[in-house]
Amino acid sequence: MADPSEAKGEGSLRKAFGGVLGVFILLLIGTLAFSIRLFSVIKYESVIHEFDPYFNYRVTQFLTKNGIYDFWNWFDDRTWYPLGRVIGGTVYPGLTLTAGSIWWLLNNLNIPLSVETVCVFTAPIFSANAAWATYLLTKEVKGTGAGLTAAALLAMVPSYISRSVAGSYDNEAVAIFALIFTFYLYIKTLNTGSLFYATLNALSYFYMVCSWGGYTFIINLIPMHVLLCIVTGRYSSRLYIAYAPLVVLGTLLASLVPVVGFNAVMTSEHFASFLVFIILHVVAFVYYIKGILSPKMFKVAMTLVVTIGIAVCSAVLAILIALVASSPTKGWSGRSLSLLDPTYASKYIPIIASVSEHQPPTWPSYFMDINVLAFLVPAGIVACFLPLSDASSFVILYIATSVYFSGVMVRLMLVLAPAACIMSGIALSEAFDAFTRSIKFQLPKLFEASPSDAGDTNRGTQDEPTKVDNNTPTEKTEATVKERPSEKHRKKEKKKLEKGKEIKEKGKENADKVSNKPLNAKKLLVLPLEASAVAILLLIILGAFYVVHCVWAAAEAYSAPSIVLTSHSHDGLHVFDDFREAYAWLKHNTDVDDKVASWWDYGYQTTAMANRTVIVDNNTWNNTHIATVGTAMSSPEKPAWDIFNSLDVKYVLVVFGGLVGYSSDDINKFLWMVRIGGGVFPHIREPDYLRDGQYRIDAHATPTMLNCLMYKLSYYRFVETDGKGFDRVRGTEIGKKHFRLTHFEEVFTTHHWMVRIYKLKSPKNRIRGKSKKKTNPKTTSKINSNKNVKKNPWQ
Amino acid sequence: MLTFRELEFKMAKSSTSDAQALFRSLRSAYAATPTNLKIIDLYVVYAITTAVIQVVYMGIVGSFPFNSFLAGVLSCVGTAVLAVCLRIQVNKENKEFKDLPPERAFADFVLCNLVLHLVVINFLG
Repeated sequence: MADPSEAKGEGSLRKAFGGVLGVFILLLIGTLAFSIRLFSVIKYESVIHEFDPYFNYRVTQFLTKNGIYDFWNWFDDRTWYPLGRVIGGTVYPGLTLTAGSIWWLLNNLNIPLSVETVCVFTAPIFSANAAWATYLLTKEVKGTGAGLTAAALLAMVPSYISRSVAGSYDNEAVAIFALIFTFYLYIKTLNTGSLFYATLNALSYFYMVCSWGGYTFIINLIPMHVLLCIVTGRYSSRLYIAYAPLVVLGTLLASLVPVVGFNAVMTSEHFASFLVFIILHVVAFVYYIKGILSPKMFKVAMTLVVTIGIAVCSAVLAILIALVASSPTKGWSGRSLSLLDPTYASKYIPIIASVSEHQPPTWPSYFMDINVLAFLVPAGIVACFLPLSDASSFVILYIATSVYFSGVMVRLMLVLAPAACIMSGIALSEAFDAFTRSIKFQLPKLFEASPSDAGDTNRGTQDEPTKVDNNTPTEKTEATVKERPSEKHRKKEKKKLEKGKEIKEKGKENADKVSNKPLNAKKLLVLPLEASAVAILLLIILGAFYVVHCVWAAAEAYSAPSIVLTSHSHDGLHVFDDFREAYAWLKHNTDVDDKVASWWDYGYQTTAMANRTVIVDNNTWNNTHIATVGTAMSSPEKPAWDIFNSLDVKYVLVVFGGLVGYSSDDINKFLWMVRIGGGVFPHIREPDYLRDGQYRIDAHATPTMLNCLMYKLSYYRFVETDGKGFDRVRGTEIGKKHFRLTHFEEVFTTHHWMVRIYKLKSPKNRIRGKSKKKTNPKTTSKINSNKNVKKNPWQ
Repeated sequence: MLTFRELEFKMAKSSTSDAQALFRSLRSAYAATPTNLKIIDLYVVYAITTAVIQVVYMGIVGSFPFNSFLAGVLSCVGTAVLAVCLRIQVNKENKEFKDLPPERAFADFVLCNLVLHLVVINFLG
């Protein structure tokens, strides 16, 4: 009598203990996610990394200083001179608003953290949030165990760490959290059918649209999933509640963000959602009519509707196709097109093709970025099919699409990471379930076998069936016995049948006895005890390998701030702080209104740290402006001076790595400058700079190459360093060693010659010799003496 | 036997009679739905009609300012969609929602409409 209530009390106590343990584990996962990203702060300092985060940092500074209304209406005139940039309308505000509100909240609580500190640590905080969101999402798909495993995997996965270390203050830091949270709310709405969660889903989607341009992934994946559910016959009213409010509310909310604006209804990236919206309504209406009509009448209705419907639909479709086909890119933006057709960017938009993050990944990068998960994912996909529910079909679709997109662009490995973690979490959890279940139900057997059998396993297997005869009656009288243990015994007996002949009869006897019980439970797999124990051990070792790799990747590979470089040599650690040295020089030794020209990589850093106006920066929205700077860098001194003078430039900045061996310098990027410049100004031709198709700067380089501005500004006085002018990056001595600059003067070179700043010389007051006659432009530049050369528009 | 023309006439008559039978059965089946669902259906029809009127008006006068047009149409479509969701949740024949109290469904409906119209007012310009 006391047994059932005791058992229930025990069950609820176990549940409570499990709940507390789960919360504690989640706290630990959050701490892990936060602290594994702090390597760069410990090894270097709390500084903002790379290039793009500097722009976000500058915008956040403006927001905290001037308030939100000025931020919405901000027109930035210190970049893209003389065009300027409308910041309010071209930036995704989610990240800056998040960091700004955290800073405002902390300052109002009298915790005076600086804006820089808040910006540096935003990413680790939101990665902890992302791990918790992964737990929630996987819990909806498979259960708590899978959720905890997936969260632990996401906290450490190197691909996500690479874009969210402390200091990497970029959009993806909050966007990945928003992505996973939106997916969680969608699955939750799908599972519960509650309109409340649908509202939350729309609001979370709004936060995602504010944060990242990758929101188009969500608004295309969810319609794809709805279509999949309809096509596989899983339409239910919960699907309607999950999808229809999201489309309407989501489109409205997306139009609210200035960067998206009317693109939310006019670009092809959103058409899939509207199309599926219409299809969903048609399907819902069909199901409704089916419900209220008799089958005969329904058939009549179908024939009537189909004939009319096909006519109307084909008319509408024809109009739509004509509209879309009339635009040259069929309504897609360049970046989306390059995702669908990977060769598009390299053919038509060299700027997108030149960014190293937009290249396809190599195979080793998969193992570097998601490591062990790469071969756990297929197991997870199989586990999702048993059984297939709406939620698990969504996760399968998510991993399939993200694997494709990660194969197109390295940068999108980041979208693959949460999907891989979810799948691997499911796989690991199911595997652990199977193994521990096998051990749990075979362990009593092992102990109940008498001590005389302890050392003799062979006899143990033979004697086990006889022991079972005695044990099944006792098992039946236990209060907590359910169908499952007896089923397991039956299955185990079936397995033992294959082993020994002499136990065959006894096993059949037992099976007959047990088969009288009703077969309610699922047939669960039970594996041999030793194999399960070894398998669990191997899985734990696998997890250990994963952890070791992740910590190594976080510490060594992804924590470099790239604004400070270090190298280990025989006499200790060298720190190269040349970039900040150059920007500080600019800040202290030039006028506030001076314009600085450099290649677009350094634009954001120059405006943020040196606080000077730049010509082009990392936003790369104006290809012609970038091509102008590229042409200037590729031309000889006088034409380059003319171009820069027309843009009011005072200083030119080049990055040069030849003295220390820094390989991401401007000479290595120079061919891109030529290509982009040549794309707009045809008198710059790439073959002019290559000798026999090879790019070289030594004595065999072409005269065009040896006379261009980039060569001269990089190697001016370089021969004074070692007497021979040996370039450590290219590995050769330079071609032209002794030359003078006629139109530029060197004003600053940093300690390791990594950044060199030149000033434009003002034009002479009078021209000596040839009085008042304009010098013929064709004679000053002896390089392009070919008659077929196109006229330089700048002369 | 029947000529081709008589055959055609017979087929047309049978299809029209089929259509008439269809409409009659539809009407009788719909008359059986409870009153509260019919009220919700009326509300949906009203919202869709308003949206259609707005689109026709836009066709006549042009689409400037576009954000106002979008806000107006999407508010009508949105509230219609939410009303359909409410109808799904309140319908007693729907077995998936039999333990959801209709007050909770209505509260969700009101909350979602509040959010929708807040956004619409912001976007209306």
